[in-house]
Amino acid sequence: MRRNYVRALGAVGLAATMVVAAGCQDAGGGSNEAGGDGKCGGKVAIFGAFTGPNAGLVLPSLNGAKLAFKQFTEKNPDCKVELKEFDTTGDPTQATPVANQVAQDQSFVAVIGGHFSGETKATMPIYEAAGLVMVSPSATATELTATGNKAFHRVVGNDGTQGAAAVAYLKNSLKPSKVFVIDDGTPYGQGIIDEVKKGLGTVVVDSDKVQTDQTNFDATISKIKSSGADAIAYGGYTNEAAPLLKQARAAGITAKFLGFDGLYDPGFPAGAGAAAEGAIVTCPCLPAAEAGGTFSADYQKEYGQAPGSYGAEGFDGANVLLDGFKAGKSSRKDLMEWVDSYDKQGVSKYVKFDASGDVEKSKVVIWAYEIKGGQITPKEEIKLS
Amino acid sequence: MNFDELFGHLGQHTVDGLAKGSIYALVALGYTLVYGVLKLINFAHSEVFMVGTFTVVGVWSLLGATDSPPLGTLLLLLAAGLLAAALASGLTAVAVERIAYRRLRRMNAPPLIFLITAIGLSLVMSEAFGLWQGRLVVGIPTVLERDVVFSIGGTDVTNTQIITVVAALVMMAGLDVFINRTRYGRGVRAVAQNPDTAALMGVNKDRVIALIFLLGGLLAGAAALLYALRYGNTRFNVGFLLGLKAFTAAVLGGIGNLRGALLGGLLLGVVEVYAATLTQSNWEDVAAFVVLVVVLLFRPTGLLGESLGRARA
Repeated sequence: MRRNYVRALGAVGLAATMVVAAGCQDAGGGSNEAGGDGKCGGKVAIFGAFTGPNAGLVLPSLNGAKLAFKQFTEKNPDCKVELKEFDTTGDPTQATPVANQVAQDQSFVAVIGGHFSGETKATMPIYEAAGLVMVSPSATATELTATGNKAFHRVVGNDGTQGAAAVAYLKNSLKPSKVFVIDDGTPYGQGIIDEVKKGLGTVVVDSDKVQTDQTNFDATISKIKSSGADAIAYGGYTNEAAPLLKQARAAGITAKFLGFDGLYDPGFPAGAGAAAEGAIVTCPCLPAAEAGGTFSADYQKEYGQAPGSYGAEGFDGANVLLDGFKAGKSSRKDLMEWVDSYDKQGVSKYVKFDASGDVEKSKVVIWAYEIKGGQITPKEEIKLS
Repeated sequence: MNFDELFGHLGQHTVDGLAKGSIYALVALGYTLVYGVLKLINFAHSEVFMVGTFTVVGVWSLLGATDSPPLGTLLLLLAAGLLAAALASGLTAVAVERIAYRRLRRMNAPPLIFLITAIGLSLVMSEAFGLWQGRLVVGIPTVLERDVVFSIGGTDVTNTQIITVVAALVMMAGLDVFINRTRYGRGVRAVAQNPDTAALMGVNKDRVIALIFLLGGLLAGAAALLYALRYGNTRFNVGFLLGLKAFTAAVLGGIGNLRGALLGGLLLGVVEVYAATLTQSNWEDVAAFVVLVVVLLFRPTGLLGESLGRARA
């Protein structure tokens, strides 16, 4: 008796879901045609670590994208665009349900994200299957564009380029004789350290891998000491790098410290304190003052602070899509084609994608920053030659 | 496998491991005390430690702590930090018992209820601190500059390492004397052996239980100060991994056994540093738990067995 009742209820539920899903699909189809009628606008999902220990790295990009949407709405009041935020804390297991939800909701026509490589790698097949174009402001792992995924694009240089730039910087500016490399085992950290190892060859004398949320780095520090390295390259994020560097400096290690864009985060000098002084951070992101147009001033006015890491890239990523809406593209398919053939000057760089979804290599800009007085200050642009 | 590094600097790695293990041991005492008396694993103890570290941050920033202050200020900072952290952690632990466990105990709730309450409370506390203090790493001023005090055969022993290990041993010895020699300690042992009989003999069970939570909290607070001195950072989830390790240390030594907690903590610290040296740092947890499993296979009650709850002279 009871089982029959449950089964009947289940059947009703399933039927209801299917009806609703079918309804949604109809709505999606409707808006497809609406695009052709000159009706303008659409809904865009943005996902990333908006809270969590590494949020400091991602929030400027979110703010940049929001600013772009706000400016667009002011200029084009008739074109209804909406940016919906999905917080993943940068965790692939939290990004996956978000991706499924966005893919199934036909009112979403494009995606900005992911912000970290791990969450991007986990979700790009889902977005590709749904025909949703992704424009990432900051997912830099080299492998992301090597998979042949049609959906993924990024307005930022990849770790291959960043790794090459870091190698160039190490060779030409820091000139170390022995380098110790450390990564955190994530696709991002490990990927970029692999590039550095490849580029530096035998100058890399030893390596270690740390893990997420590790707090005690005695063993790593012993290894650095024994290796006699005069430079350390760290692939990973602030959460581990700040305590590591602090403990290493306290233990008397004076080797130069080089990090990558994962450490381009105000939390890094804040967490490591005086130990961070003089540390170098490379980033395929433009210093705020170098960004084109009025972006930097607009951002400052809107949020009361200078655009941090990837602020300009978040702004550019949003504008790639907004330009599409303006041109009357409002279906998933149209926007995908639009992004593929995009070709225009942005504030962070000239945006034009190659076939794999990377921004053209000659347009990538990479800067070295130095921690000075607890601030991340631009040092010099790294020329790739 | 980097055997050269491990055996080349065996002394150094052992010292590093002992210092690391001392902090595990101090936190492990809190788990073991509560388990010995209540047969309850207080998973919220890791957050008691976390509260201690944030108290150190708060008190030091209130006193205007800077990197390497003069000796007078340093002593003041250490004393104030220890007092505040121990008090804050102790009171937090007592509050945990009052709020989460006492009522359940009165209602004779089954052990699993306590376990899930403990995990829930632990999450609530850590997330509350995450919301309040932010989720970033919080830097703590390096008030005590690392200094090599003496060096034997290439093994450097530093001031913070000596302080950590000595403080852990002294507190451990103090606790041992307290439990085995004093009136209150006798009450604790009585309740551990048989709560009902102890109550008939005039021991106030609730007071004894509050006392052991307080003791565990005080030790966790002291561990928090040592942690702040040595590692100079904290964050909202600092307790999670450390608490798990301390709990492992308590089980390794024999949960419910005070000396076992010390032994387990030190052993775990040394094993972790050896493993991290031999392979990569991200293998240290694997090694720690492999050792735990192997030890439990041969000695299911841990290295020293459960002594607090056993009838003993």
